[in-house]
Amino acid sequence: MLVNTTKGEMDDSLLVKKKGSIDNENEYTTWVEYYLDDELVHRSAHVTLKKSPFMDLIAASMA
Amino acid sequence: MSNTQSMCTSFLGQLLTATHNFGTAPTRGTSAADTFKAALYVTTATVNAATTAYSSTNEVTGTGYTAGGIAVTNANAPTSTNSSATAGVGYWTPSANLVYSTVTLTTAFDTVLIYNSSQSNAAVSVHTFGAQTITAGTFTLTMPTNTTTSALLRLTTT
Repeated sequence: MLVNTTKGEMDDSLLVKKKGSIDNENEYTTWVEYYLDDELVHRSAHVTLKKSPFMDLIAASMA
Repeated sequence: MSNTQSMCTSFLGQLLTATHNFGTAPTRGTSAADTFKAALYVTTATVNAATTAYSSTNEVTGTGYTAGGIAVTNANAPTSTNSSATAGVGYWTPSANLVYSTVTLTTAFDTVLIYNSSQSNAAVSVHTFGAQTITAGTFTLTMPTNTTTSALLRLTTT
């Protein structure tokens, strides 16, 4: 598979791949990194937010 | 039957479509949906509930990223739904994920600002996440399901 890198497209067989994830109450995030001779040449991340801000409206009593 | 004090759920949806104007401005010259955009901010920025409009100050910079961010795909009309005689929800979610393709963003960022580029870049909402950097890659923010409990923007009465 070809990977876009800082050095152009490279075959992933030439690269060292690292993956990780974060899963907490706010988000689920995955990321992937590719290294060429210990140099980071590609990093992508995918964030899924679990919380969103919301607005609460109240009709006040006139009594 | 009896009467119940409440905000009207239809009003919640109409707030999202600018049906009501309690003040004197703005005057809207079109019935078309506005254009919304999504800009990324570095971890040292101060973007929060007090933010009133998009600013390039402390916005991310890097290869493949254009100041102002990307357009938000808006094919979902706002929806409002009653949940009881006293409660309802008006909600809206972009109809596609936010995708920043083939970018290099070496300064850590942790915030996206949704703003209205058709209305003087007025701020809409701020969403934060764990700090990220991108190297010759893609940053994707997956949008939540557009429901009363998970939509990106929700106006609720209780």
